[in-house]
Amino acid sequence: MTQSATHSQHLSRTKRPTEPVGLYDPAFEHDSCGVAFVARLNGVPTHETLQRALTALENLEHRGAAGADPLTGDGAGMLLQLPDAFFRSVVETELPAAGAYGVCVCFLPRDDAERRKALEQILVESIEEEGQRVVSWRDVPLHLEHAGQTARESAPIVRQLVVAASPQLASDRDAFERKLYVIRRIAETAAGPELVIPSFSAKTIVYKGMLMAPQLARCYPDLVDERMKSALVLVHSRFSTNTFPSWELAHPYRMIAHNGEINTVRGNANWMRARESQLASELFGDDLLKVLPVVRAGGSDTANFDNVLELLVLAGRSLPHAMMMMIPEAYGSRDDMSDELRGFYEFHGCLTEPWDGPASISFTDGTVIGATLDRNGLRPGRWLETKDGWVVLASETGVLDEPAENVLRKGRLRPGNIFLVDLERGRIVEDEEIKHEIASRRPYGEWFERGVVQLSDLPEQPPRVPRIEPLRSRQLAFGFTQEDMKVILAPLARNAEEAIGSMGNDLALAVLSDQRPLLYSYFKQLFAQVTNPPIDSTREAVVMSVATSVGSERNLLGESPEHAHQLQISQPILRDNELEALRQVDSDIFKAHTIDITWPVAEGTAGLDLALERICAEADEALADSVNILILSDRWVGADRAAIPALLAVSSVHHHLVRERTRLQTGLVIESGEPRDVHQFATLIGYGAAAVNPYVMLETLAELVEEGMLPEGMTAEEAQHRAIKGISKGLLKTISKMGISTIPSYCGAQIFEAVGLEPELVERHFTGTPSRIGGVGTKVLAQEALDRHARAYPRNGDLLPLGGIYAWRNDGEYHQWNPETIALLQHSVRHGGAATYEEYSRLVNEESARRSTLRGLLRFRTGTPIPLEEVEPAAEIVKRFSTGAMSLGSLSREAHETLAIAMNRIGGKSNTGEGGEDPVRYIPDETGDSRRSAIKQVASGRFGVNVHYLANADQLQIKMAQGAKPGEGGQLPGHKVDPYIASIRFTTPGVGLISPPPHHDIYSIEDLKQLIYDLRCANPKAQVSVKLVAEMGVGTVAAGVAKCNADHVLISGHDGGTGASPLTSVHYAGIPWEIGLAETQQTLVMNDLRSRIWVQTDGQLKTGRDVVIAALLGADEMGFSTAPLIATGCVMMRACHLNTCPVGIATQDPVLRQRFAGTPEHVIRFFFFVAEEARGIMARLGIARFEDLIGRVDLLEADDAIDHWKARGIDLSNLLLAPGVAAGTPLRRTRPQDSPLGSALDWELIELAREAIESGEPVAAELPIRNVHRAVGGLLSHEVTVAHGAAGLPGGTISFTFRGSAGQSFGAWLAPGVELTLWGDANDYTGKGLSGGTVAIRPPDGSTFAAEENVIVGNTVLYGATAGKAFFRGLAGERFAVRNSGADAVIEGVGDHGCEYMTGGHVVVLGCTGRNFAAGMSGGIAYVLDEDGGFPRRCNHELVDLEELEDEDEPVVRELVTEHLERTGSPVAERLLDSWDESLERFVKVMPRDYRAALAALAAGNGALRYPDDHAISSGGEGFVTAEVESGSAG
Amino acid sequence: MGELGAFLKLDRVENPERSPAERVHDYHEFVRTLTGEALAEQGARCMECGVPFCHSGCPVSNLIPDWNDLVYRDRWEAAIEQLHRTNNFPDFTGRLCPAPCEASCVLEIREGEAVTIKQIELAIVNRAWDEGWIRPRPPDRETGRSVAVVGAGPAGMACAQQLRRSGHAVTVFERDEAGGGLVRFGVPDFKIEKSIVERRIEQLTAEGVDFRFCAEVGKDVGVEELRAFDAVVIATGARVPRDLPVRGRELAGVHFAMDYLYQRNRFVAREEGHAAAGAPDPPSGDAVISAAGKHVIVIGGGDTGADCVANAHRENPASVTQIELIGEPPRSRPDAISPWPRWPMKLRVPYALKEGGERDFAISTTAFTGNGRVEQIHWVENSGAPPFAPIDGTEEARPAELVLLAMGFLGPESGLLEQLGVERDERGNAKTSGAYETSVRGIFAAGDARRGQSLIVWAINEGRRCAQAVERRLAVLT
Repeated sequence: MTQSATHSQHLSRTKRPTEPVGLYDPAFEHDSCGVAFVARLNGVPTHETLQRALTALENLEHRGAAGADPLTGDGAGMLLQLPDAFFRSVVETELPAAGAYGVCVCFLPRDDAERRKALEQILVESIEEEGQRVVSWRDVPLHLEHAGQTARESAPIVRQLVVAASPQLASDRDAFERKLYVIRRIAETAAGPELVIPSFSAKTIVYKGMLMAPQLARCYPDLVDERMKSALVLVHSRFSTNTFPSWELAHPYRMIAHNGEINTVRGNANWMRARESQLASELFGDDLLKVLPVVRAGGSDTANFDNVLELLVLAGRSLPHAMMMMIPEAYGSRDDMSDELRGFYEFHGCLTEPWDGPASISFTDGTVIGATLDRNGLRPGRWLETKDGWVVLASETGVLDEPAENVLRKGRLRPGNIFLVDLERGRIVEDEEIKHEIASRRPYGEWFERGVVQLSDLPEQPPRVPRIEPLRSRQLAFGFTQEDMKVILAPLARNAEEAIGSMGNDLALAVLSDQRPLLYSYFKQLFAQVTNPPIDSTREAVVMSVATSVGSERNLLGESPEHAHQLQISQPILRDNELEALRQVDSDIFKAHTIDITWPVAEGTAGLDLALERICAEADEALADSVNILILSDRWVGADRAAIPALLAVSSVHHHLVRERTRLQTGLVIESGEPRDVHQFATLIGYGAAAVNPYVMLETLAELVEEGMLPEGMTAEEAQHRAIKGISKGLLKTISKMGISTIPSYCGAQIFEAVGLEPELVERHFTGTPSRIGGVGTKVLAQEALDRHARAYPRNGDLLPLGGIYAWRNDGEYHQWNPETIALLQHSVRHGGAATYEEYSRLVNEESARRSTLRGLLRFRTGTPIPLEEVEPAAEIVKRFSTGAMSLGSLSREAHETLAIAMNRIGGKSNTGEGGEDPVRYIPDETGDSRRSAIKQVASGRFGVNVHYLANADQLQIKMAQGAKPGEGGQLPGHKVDPYIASIRFTTPGVGLISPPPHHDIYSIEDLKQLIYDLRCANPKAQVSVKLVAEMGVGTVAAGVAKCNADHVLISGHDGGTGASPLTSVHYAGIPWEIGLAETQQTLVMNDLRSRIWVQTDGQLKTGRDVVIAALLGADEMGFSTAPLIATGCVMMRACHLNTCPVGIATQDPVLRQRFAGTPEHVIRFFFFVAEEARGIMARLGIARFEDLIGRVDLLEADDAIDHWKARGIDLSNLLLAPGVAAGTPLRRTRPQDSPLGSALDWELIELAREAIESGEPVAAELPIRNVHRAVGGLLSHEVTVAHGAAGLPGGTISFTFRGSAGQSFGAWLAPGVELTLWGDANDYTGKGLSGGTVAIRPPDGSTFAAEENVIVGNTVLYGATAGKAFFRGLAGERFAVRNSGADAVIEGVGDHGCEYMTGGHVVVLGCTGRNFAAGMSGGIAYVLDEDGGFPRRCNHELVDLEELEDEDEPVVRELVTEHLERTGSPVAERLLDSWDESLERFVKVMPRDYRAALAALAAGNGALRYPDDHAISSGGEGFVTAEVESGSAG
Repeated sequence: MGELGAFLKLDRVENPERSPAERVHDYHEFVRTLTGEALAEQGARCMECGVPFCHSGCPVSNLIPDWNDLVYRDRWEAAIEQLHRTNNFPDFTGRLCPAPCEASCVLEIREGEAVTIKQIELAIVNRAWDEGWIRPRPPDRETGRSVAVVGAGPAGMACAQQLRRSGHAVTVFERDEAGGGLVRFGVPDFKIEKSIVERRIEQLTAEGVDFRFCAEVGKDVGVEELRAFDAVVIATGARVPRDLPVRGRELAGVHFAMDYLYQRNRFVAREEGHAAAGAPDPPSGDAVISAAGKHVIVIGGGDTGADCVANAHRENPASVTQIELIGEPPRSRPDAISPWPRWPMKLRVPYALKEGGERDFAISTTAFTGNGRVEQIHWVENSGAPPFAPIDGTEEARPAELVLLAMGFLGPESGLLEQLGVERDERGNAKTSGAYETSVRGIFAAGDARRGQSLIVWAINEGRRCAQAVERRLAVLT
C-alpha cells in the first residue's frame, strides 16, 4: 500500500470547495426546503403578489437552515415575471417593447475586478456574436449588511444586463428566449464555473442568495420597490446539509424550485450526455450544437434537472409536457388510468428514463405556474384558491392569513399529479384536463402499440451456443461454491425470495480477501437516509416496475412513431430461450450482435486489458453496422479462455459508448455464467445492462432439482421461474432502498460506492463512481479471474469449494468472529481474566483486523509515553461505551436486561432497540440495579413509542438506517409476538408487525429537523441522536443532522448489525465505519459544526485498539453489539431469525431462554478489559485524557509493514486527512446546541394548565395559532407525563381551543387528559405519536366551502399513535393513520396509502380513500363509507378482508361518528346519523386477517403463545429461512 | 442444517454397543451405529451453526454440518463425498477418534448434549463401503514425479493417497508386514477389524501406490535408494515408549504396552486367518507376553492402556488393574481450566473398564519386586498433580505378574533421521519448517514423527498437509 503521510489540505471557509477534499466531496451535498408560489388568476402584475410571496417565504423559514454562522442561511430566492415597468424606470437607456428585451442576471466575483471584467466581456461578446444588442448594465443594489457573515464574505457582485432582441427576433418571443439560452450556454462554456447566471430571459427573472428567508427582501431592495410587479411569484427557502457558502445553489433555478432530491441524477446526467449526439431540433437549427453539453458540470441535482427541462421546453414542448416526461406518474399496474394517458407515458418511456426520487417541483415559464409531485407523493404541497382570484401553493398550509370567508377551496398536491395555474386562461387547470390536452396531442398510444415489440412475441429460436463445457467446470470457473447452491440458490428457488441471515458481516473486505472474491464484492450499494426516503417496494408495489427495454433511442427533442421502436422486456433476467430470441432477432428494426468477453488464458493478466480494448472496438464496429442490441457473452469460457468479470465488461462498454456518444444507439445485454445473487444483478444493471442472462445460474438450478435439493415435484423450469421472480423482487428492494422505483431509471445510475478499486480503473471503466481509498487495478482483477479459472482447468475433483461466506469454514473466507476469537473472549470474561483477554486482543488486533479491516492497515505513530497511572481511569473511559440497538423481541428479556444492568452499573448506555420498553424497568430494582435503557430508540415502526417512553430516556435515538440493512424495513412474524412483547409494543399477541423502510415523517432533511423538534418537546432533557450508516456522503448528511439541532450522531459501519436481513444487504450495503467516521469528522470540522455535536461510531468494534482508532478518527463515543453479546454467551449461530438460539439470547422460546447464562459481570469485565487496553495505548501515545484523542488523525499512519498483494494499491491518505482549519477549531463536542424550544407556544400552555398538572383541576382556554407553532401540545404532554406517569389525567382535564392554521405535528404525543380543538386547518404529522389525548379539527368560523371536499390536515397524520382520539372535519393527505396502534379517528376522506401498517385502533373514513388503502395493515379495524362502491379497487387486499359490519361494530362506529359530530359539527356525520340504519349499510369493514384470528384466539383464552412446541418457522431442511423475515428493526 | 429446533425435541443417542459380558469373549468390533431414521434424527439435531465449532475442533476440519445435513436429508452418497473431502479415512477416525469435534459442538455447551458426530461419520463411511461408493480414484494423468513415503501408518497412507491422486508415483516403505501402523498393530480388532484397514490399503494400491512391506529403511532399503526419489516423506511415527526407571524394571513380565499389543494383534490375525505374508512367526517361550491367569497391572490411563486392559480381559486374567499417575479429574467439564469448546479435562470411563478391572488415580509406582519375574508392584499415592509428592502412609504392594507400561511415547526412533541427516527439534521430533520440510531439502516429515505422539486424526491431517507441501516443492523442481 502507498505510504501516506498525514497532511492537511487548506480549505477556505469563504469558498465552497468544488473538488473533493479528503473524504468530503461536494457532489454529496443534498438540499431540501420549503417552497411556495403565489399567482393572480387575472394575470395582472401587482406588487402585492411579491409581498404575499415574501410573507409566505418568511413563514416557511423554519424549514430552511442556518449553519455554524447562525445568521447565514442556506439560501432563499424568488422567481417572478420580468417586471417591465420596473426596468423602464431603473434603466436609463430606452428599452425596446416588453418582450423584445431580456435581462441577464449575473453573479460575478467580488474580489477580482479584472476577472469580472473579463467575464463580462465574454458575455457581451457572446451576445453580439449571436446578433443581439447589449442595452445596458445595471448594478443590482445589494444590502449585505442584512446578510450573515459567511454570506457576506462569499457574496458575488450582482449585475443585470439588459439585452435587446434583434429585429428578426423582436416579434417572436419564443425564438428570442431560445436565443438568450444559446447565448447563456456559449458564455457559460467559455467562462467556466466562475460565471453564474441565475436567469437570462425575456419572461422571468430570479433574485436569490445565500440568505435566510427574511433577509431576501432586505438584501435586495428591488423586491420591495413598488414598481416591481408580477402576476406570479415563486419563492424558496433552502436547507442544505452543508454550510459551505454558495449563492449559486440557492433556488429557484431558471424554471424550477425543488423540494426533495433526484436519486437517479448520476444516471440521468450520463444518459443525457449520451443523448446529445442524437439531438436535433428545427427550432434550434445549428444553434443546438452551441448549447452542448446540456448539463452544466458541477451542478446539483436540481440544476441538472433544470438544464434538461429548459432544453425540452425551449425545443418546443410545453412545460407541463416536459414535466410529465421527466417525472411520470406510476402507470404500470394502474387500472384507473385512461388508455390515452397510459399511451403517453409508455411512449415517452421510450424517449427517456424517469428522473426518479422524492420531489415536489414547482415550475413556471412566466405564463403558467404549477407544481408536480413524484409518484410516491413524498413531499407536501398545500394550495388554496380565494374568492378574489388568488392562488397560493406552499409546503405548508397557513403561510398566508386568509379570512375564512374568502376561501374558495383548499387542496393538496397528490402523488403523480400536476397542479397548474394558467394565467392566460385565468384559472386552475385540473390535472385531468391538462394531461388530457397533452396526451391527446398525438396518437402516442397507437404509436407505442405499433412500434414496440414485446420480447415474448419474438419467435423461439434454437440455441446457438458457441461451446459446450461441463456444468461443473463452468461453475468452478465462475467461482460458484456450495454455499451459492445451498444458501443462495436453493432458498431462492424454494421461496421465490432472497435468503435471510443474521449477525452482520465480519468478513474481510474484498480488497483484503485472498479468496478471489468476484468483482461485485468491491461495490457497495448506496441507500437512502435522511435526505431522501427509501420506498416500501412490497407494500407500495403500485409505484414499482421492473419492466425494461432495449433498442436504440432517437432524438429526444422530436417525436414520431419511430421513437417507439423498442423491444420491451417484462423483467431484466432473461432465460436462455429469451436470450436466443434476442440474439437471433430477425427484423428490419432490430439487429443483434454478440461479442465474446473471454480472453486467452495464455496471455495472462495482460490479456484482460487487451480484450477490453478489442471488445470496445468490436462494439463500435457493430454500432456502425446499425446494430442496436449488443450482447456481451462469456459463453466461450473453456480450458483456454477465461471470462472477464461480467461487471467490468458491461461497465467498460457502457462508458466507452457514453464517451463515444453512441450509447443510445444500442441496448446492452449481458450473457454471463457469473451472476447469481441479487447484488450481482443489481450492479450489472446499475452499470448499464438492460437485461442479464445468467445461464450457469439457471443450469445450476436444474442441477439442484436433479440432486433433490428442492422440494419434491418442483421442475427445473419452475425452479428457474421462481428464482427469477425472487431476483426481480430483490432488485426492487435494492432500488427502493435508494428511493428509486423503476429499472430504467436505475439502469446506468451507478448507485454504488467502490471500496478497494484503483482510481485509474474506476475513472476508465466505472466513470463517476466514488472510490476513496484506492485499491486494486485490472491486473489484480485479471489475476483473480485467472485464479478462479484455474479451479476449473485442469479440473481437480468434482466438488465445489465450500465458500465460507455465510457461515465460517476453515478454508473459506476469513471471519473476524471465528472459533478462536469467540472462545477466547468468552473465556476471558468468565474465568480467564486479563491474560486471556490479552490473547484475544492480540489475535484480533494482529490477525483478524489486518486480514479484514481498514484499521488493520493503520498503526499508531510513536508518541512520548507517559506513565499508565497518569492516564484517565478505565471507569471514566467506559462511560463512553454503549450497547447497540437490539430490541426486546430480537433479544430475549434476559439478555436485554443483562445488557441494561451492566451499562447502568458502569455509567455507559444501553439501547432499547425498536420495540418499546417495559415501564417496570423505569423503576430501579431493590438491589439498586436499573434495567432501564438510557437510550430509547425511535425507529420507523414507532413500536411502543409514546410520551411515557420518550420521557424516560437520557437519549432519544432516531434510527435512520441500520448497518445490517440500511434502507430496508423489517418484519416481526406473528409467532414471535408473545403477550409480553405485544404489551410493550402496544399491539396484539400473535399478529405480525411490519416496520416500514422509511420514517413516514422523514422524507427529507427538514423533516428530520421537525422530528428532532418533536422529540425535544416529548422530552426536553434528553439528548437527541440520529443513527446513520456509513456510505458515500454520510459526512454531509451528518452535517445536515448537526444543523437539524441534533446533539449526537451515530455513524454505523456496514459490517455490524445483529438483526436479520437479506443476505445481500448484510454484505453489500454500506461501507466500513473508518471511512464514514473520517468523512463525518472532516465534514463537521470543515463546517465548524463539530463543536456542537457528539459523534459515536459502531460496527464490529472489538478491542481497545479499535476504540482508540475510532477516537483518533473522530468519535467521542463507541457502540458495541456483537462483542458484548458474545461475552454473555452468543456463539454466532447466526440463527437469530429462527428463534432457536441455543444460548437463550436471540429467542423468545421460554425453554431456550432458560439456557441464557450471561451476567452483567461478563459484560462489565469485557468493557473494562477494552478500556484498560485503550489506556495502555494512550500511555504509549502520551495522551492522558480520552477527549484529547478525539480527531487526532495525526497520531495514525499507514502501516507499511503490511505487505498484502492486493492491499498495495490502498491509499489511506484521504482517511487520515486533517482538515486545514483555523487553529483551535474544536475537533470534538465542546458546547451544547441552542435550544429551539424557546419560542414554543407550549410554554404558555403549560402556564395556563399549571393548576391542572399540579392538582388535576380542569382548565380550558382559547388561543390563536400559526403555522410557525409546531408540535403544539408536546411539551405540555411531557409535563403531564412527568407528573402523572403513563396514565396522565382524566379525559378533558386540559382543554385548549385554537384558531388559525397550526404548524406541523399539531397535537404530537398528547397525553391522556389533554384535548386540543382547532378551528382552522393543520399541517403534516398532526397527532404524531398520539398517546391518549384528543385532537379535533374543524374549519374556521365563517368559511363557506364544503369541508368534506377540502383538505383540512396534511400527510402522515396520527403516525405511530398509540392511544387517544382524533376527529377531522375534512380531507387528509397521504398515509393517514400510518402505523396507528391504538388511536380512534374519524376523517372525511383520505389520500393514498391510508391506514398503512396499522396494528390497532379504529379508523372511520366518511368519504373517499386514495389508492393502496390498508397496505401492510396487520391490526386494528377501519370502517370506510363507500358511497360509490369503488373502495375495493382502491384497497390493498394482501392482509385484509372487506366485510359487512357485524353487530359488535355498530356501536363502535356510531359512537365515533357521534363524537365526531359533537366535536366538529360535521354535516356529513349529521346526515349519516339522521338515517343511521341506511348509512350503516354503506360502510365497509376493513379487517386484517391475522388480527381477526388473534382476537378469536384471545377471546378463546388461548391467546398465549403456543410455545414450546411451536417453532413456527420451517426451514424446509435448509439453514437459511426466507419465508418469514424477522429483523432487528422490527425485532 | 437438520431440522429446525430438533435439538430441543430429540436427545443425543450414543452408539449402540455390544454388552461387555458378551464382547469380552471375542475380538469382533463391539461398537455399532444407529441406523435408518434413528440415525437421521441424530443428524437432524445439528443446528448448522454460523460458526461451527465442531468443524474447528476437528483436526482435519471435517465438514461436519454439511454432512450431518446430508444424512438428515438421506443424501448419503453426497455425504461420503463431502466427508472424503477432508478426511481420507473416516472409517479409521469414525471408530478410533476421541472426537474433539463433539467436545466443541455448540450443543455441548450443555454438557452431554453434543451431536453424535462420530457416529454419523462412521455410519456414512460404513454405508458407503456397503454400497460400493468407495472406489479407487487413480489419477487421470501422471506427473512423472516420484515420492517415497516411509511408514504406512495413517499419516503415511493419507500422504501417499493425496500425492498419488495428484499423479505422482508414490512408493511406501513399511517395516512391518502390513499397512496401517498402530491402527493395525496397536489398536485391537474389537475396536477396528483389520479388514477395514486392509481394504484401504487395497484402495491405495489400486490407485497406484506401491507398497513395500517388510522394508525397513536403513536396514532392508538403503538410504541411497530413497535419495533417488524427487521427495521423501518420513511418517514413521513416534515409537520410542516412555520408560519407568524404578527398581525392578528389569524383571521379566514388565513390558512396554506396544510389545504386548503387537503380539495380540498378530495373534488375532492368525486366529482370524488373515495374517499377512511376511509376518513373523508366533513367539514362543519367554517371548510370549500373556495375561492369561495373571494379575495384570497396566500403568498409564490413556487409550493404549485401555487397549491393554481389554486385551487382557480376553485372555482370562486373574485380575486387571489400571493405574494413573495424575489425580482423578472432575466428573464434569472444569470450565475454569478447559472451558467449552476446548477438550475437557474430565473423567471418562474407558470402554475396557466397562468390561471389568479396576482403576486408580494419583498412583506413583515405586518398585517392582519378584524373583526374576515380577511378582509385586509397590506404589504410593501422590498429590495428584505435579510434582506428584508422595503421601506418607499410603505405601502399598499389590500382586503383579504382568506389568504393561502404557505411558506414552517420546518420539521417533533413532536411526533413520540420523542417516538422512534430518535435525530433531527440542522434543526429539523431526524438525520442520512451517511447511513440513525438514532441515534437508526435499525430505519432509509428517504425523507423530513430526509432531510427537498424537491422535490418528492429526496423523491424517499431517499427511494431507504434508502432501500439499510436497506438491509445492515438486512444482518448482525443474
